[in-house]
Amino acid sequence: MNTNMAPDSDGRTALPSVVIRFAGDSGDGIQITGSRFTDTTALAGNDLATFPDFPAEIRAPVGTTFGVSAFQINFGARHIETHGDDPNVLVALNPAALKVNINRLKKGGSIIVDTGAFNTRNLKKAGYDSNPLEDGSLDDYKLLEIDISKNVLESVKEFGLSQKEGLRCKNFWVLGLVYWIYGRDRTDTIEWLKAKFAKRPEIADANIAALNAGHIYGEAAELGDSIGLFSVAPAEMTKGLYRTVTGAEALAWGLVAGAELADLDIFFGSYPITPASPVLHSLAKMKQFGVKTFQAEDEIAAICSAIGASYAGALGITSSSGPGIALKGEAIGLAISTELPLIIVNSQRAGPSTGLPTKTEQSDLYQAVYGRNGDAPLVVLAAHGPGDCFDTAIEACRLATKYMTPVMLLTDGYIGNAAEPWLIPSLSDYESFKVTHETDAENFHPFDRDEKTLARKWAIPGTAGLEHRIGGIEKEDGSGHISYEPANHQRMTDLRRDKILNIAKDIPAVKPEQGPETGKLAVVGWGSTYGPISRAVSNKLAENKSVAHIHIRNLWPLPANLGDLLRGYEKVIVPEMNDGQLKTVLRDQYLIDAKPLTKVTGQPFKITEIEAAIDAAVES
Amino acid sequence: MNVIAPKEKLKPADFASDQEVRWCPGCGDYAILKAVQRTLPDLDVPKENYVFVSGIGCSSRFPYYMSTYGFHTIHGRAPAFATGIKVTNPELDVWLVTGDGDGFSIGGNHMLHVLRRNVNMQILLCNNEIYGLTKGQYSPTSETGLRTPSSPTGSVESPLKPCVFALGSGARFVARGYDIQKNLPDTLKRAHEHQGTSLVEILQNCIVYNDAVFEDVLARNTAAERQIHVEHGKPLLFGADGNKGLRLNTKSLTLEVVTIGENGVTEDDILVHDETNKGLATMLAEMGGDDMPTAFGVLYCNPAPTFEGGVDQQMAVEKEKDASPSLDALLRQGHTWQV
Repeated sequence: MNTNMAPDSDGRTALPSVVIRFAGDSGDGIQITGSRFTDTTALAGNDLATFPDFPAEIRAPVGTTFGVSAFQINFGARHIETHGDDPNVLVALNPAALKVNINRLKKGGSIIVDTGAFNTRNLKKAGYDSNPLEDGSLDDYKLLEIDISKNVLESVKEFGLSQKEGLRCKNFWVLGLVYWIYGRDRTDTIEWLKAKFAKRPEIADANIAALNAGHIYGEAAELGDSIGLFSVAPAEMTKGLYRTVTGAEALAWGLVAGAELADLDIFFGSYPITPASPVLHSLAKMKQFGVKTFQAEDEIAAICSAIGASYAGALGITSSSGPGIALKGEAIGLAISTELPLIIVNSQRAGPSTGLPTKTEQSDLYQAVYGRNGDAPLVVLAAHGPGDCFDTAIEACRLATKYMTPVMLLTDGYIGNAAEPWLIPSLSDYESFKVTHETDAENFHPFDRDEKTLARKWAIPGTAGLEHRIGGIEKEDGSGHISYEPANHQRMTDLRRDKILNIAKDIPAVKPEQGPETGKLAVVGWGSTYGPISRAVSNKLAENKSVAHIHIRNLWPLPANLGDLLRGYEKVIVPEMNDGQLKTVLRDQYLIDAKPLTKVTGQPFKITEIEAAIDAAVES
Repeated sequence: MNVIAPKEKLKPADFASDQEVRWCPGCGDYAILKAVQRTLPDLDVPKENYVFVSGIGCSSRFPYYMSTYGFHTIHGRAPAFATGIKVTNPELDVWLVTGDGDGFSIGGNHMLHVLRRNVNMQILLCNNEIYGLTKGQYSPTSETGLRTPSSPTGSVESPLKPCVFALGSGARFVARGYDIQKNLPDTLKRAHEHQGTSLVEILQNCIVYNDAVFEDVLARNTAAERQIHVEHGKPLLFGADGNKGLRLNTKSLTLEVVTIGENGVTEDDILVHDETNKGLATMLAEMGGDDMPTAFGVLYCNPAPTFEGGVDQQMAVEKEKDASPSLDALLRQGHTWQV
């Protein structure tokens, strides 16, 4: 944020982009504040990216550091690739929120605090020995101190709420203030509150009053002289109709779109797990599209029910996160052995074991590519951002049905929860891949294959004359009869491998997202590192560095030209939110000296971290 | 005028696949297979709609020996596969074949939930009180003290009673039979007729690892004294002379064996079987051992809405509200803006 620019006639300084981080107690409604700000920002025409960062505990003890919930948004008049490295503005509704987030704030940045929450008790709970508002430790920042608690209670007095209920409106008071600072319209938020609390209008009215009071406070307080007033112009974006979308929503809709293009009904078997559950929630609301969702008794039953559904002719889908995917391993093997279509969505989170359930990571690549007993290949795809989940889900549906194979679709907690503006696609933009189940009883054998795709025929129960048995015991190619013949097992293992590798011919060749096709350095990424890599590479290209950004969506099989492309660069670095998993795969597949750039803090990469790695690589 | 010849009725042999049956000679599973093949021709179901689903174990090889659709899945999970199949296509007639280890050890969780949900299918539990395919370890239904390779000094576990488990899980149909029982197909037909999950426990002899384990119940010379065959609406009588019966001891709330004509007992004292009475069914399911006969037949049948019926009903409501849903329209709902 460059604040050296001159203010306009309204006293507002125009900024190309801003990063705001809202932080408070998990009961303070921070995520709601963030999502309302997101919608308003999108409606104002900015590009944006968000990062909801919340604790695993639903309601941790009030005032503690581990109960702090945060929501970061980066919005701008230019193209936005990430949720922003370091916030320009921190809203801290209590001492714990300040303590946890202060180190992220840019030096010289602004802090808005609720002094009403900075009492001895809360300071102690947050582990402060002295009050940071008074001890000079915040001297490097612009501090806006307001007794928000008191102001909120004042503003909602007429609604007869209890003190506790009144304080719950604190988030909307702050939102009103921040709207004033950035010159934003409150209408959308007011409409949202009215709809949300349609059955309790007094709650809606109190929150609207708090929103307006925060706004009025800003108008009266002459903030231009303290932390400033700003404007952020609309971004230049591709023409069309937009909405905001989270990865979980886009994924659910993409699966429904894919099923429609395949002319199949969805059966979605799932067991609740963070951060994958929102996909189940989204699909459970789509019964009118013929979607059947099944909340199974456990992860194993979830995938087994989905495989049963595929066997019966539906598009079976299951969804989980790493620990749940581990439990599904044996059943994935059965789907591979019986060659049934299946989609397994993994919303990755930090591991191993329970790990950090609400923190993001992309450390399940080995699990996806290798993690089963026996030689058990399947297709692995990864989405790179919220909107991309839609297209990747459609591609998963296409490959699963065309090749009669399980497809693992990787997203992560960050993609799933983050929101971005999304140019709304039309289903007619996509080519149909209508599936027909086998009906011809003449010379039918369940493991007869299509010569080109090597996919077996999909004959479903209820079809007269095609009665057959399948199972997890090795079967004879063609007839499908149980076979313990040594040569047959070799042949079937080869076939299962070749069928998957053959898909490399049916996926797009990879080319640099930016930068030259040969050169000094390739930065190779997959999944949600797309944003920071993209911005870092474009910044370095602007400095005339010889660097390219290569992004891999098809992680197994890998694109056919990837090895040749990578060999065209002197160096390859692979930024990953894991301990170097894609790096290992690339070394194994291409015998290239790919170098890792790893980060497993539960937080996405910062642009500057990747820029530093690029500098080090091109200058050495 | 063209007369369409009625479809020729299928015979038991029409349900046998071309695969050689690979159970040990003398295994009780042969008799169960025959009983099923004798049952299906009498049911009004197109052959292509039958689906046999199984897990892992000796009895789980069952689907390979049927000429119907079949899915031999993974250990313990057959109820979950069967649920996915039935929910996807409720027209299918789903039969699940499992064993005591598959269904009540590794698959105990799925068994609990399929019974609770009441997905319309028949579950045939081949209970031989032993792990056969892994060579003779004790199972969750083995008697305490059973010596096996994994319990050389005797199992210290208490056995589980599948029918009691099923009733406790909320099953709406529970029956018991045994492998070579002549009228087993009658019980299977009742199970098929019931809309919902039907559990049929079939005592099955493992000739290799647990031979004659049910001899005290099934031995021909004592069968009349050791078995009671229950029938809805009929008094709970048994014994070689048909004069023994079950009476409710109202003080201890337990069943007791009494003899008509002794100690002033008349037929009026004998309980009449009511298959919709869960309390009675639970007491019948518990019976066995030295003092009480083992109950066979339909212990409990008390229909309730099926799971897949509920799923379809909810979907029908949503489809009625939105008869021609458009994904394009859905994506354009809510906050949108034009650039």
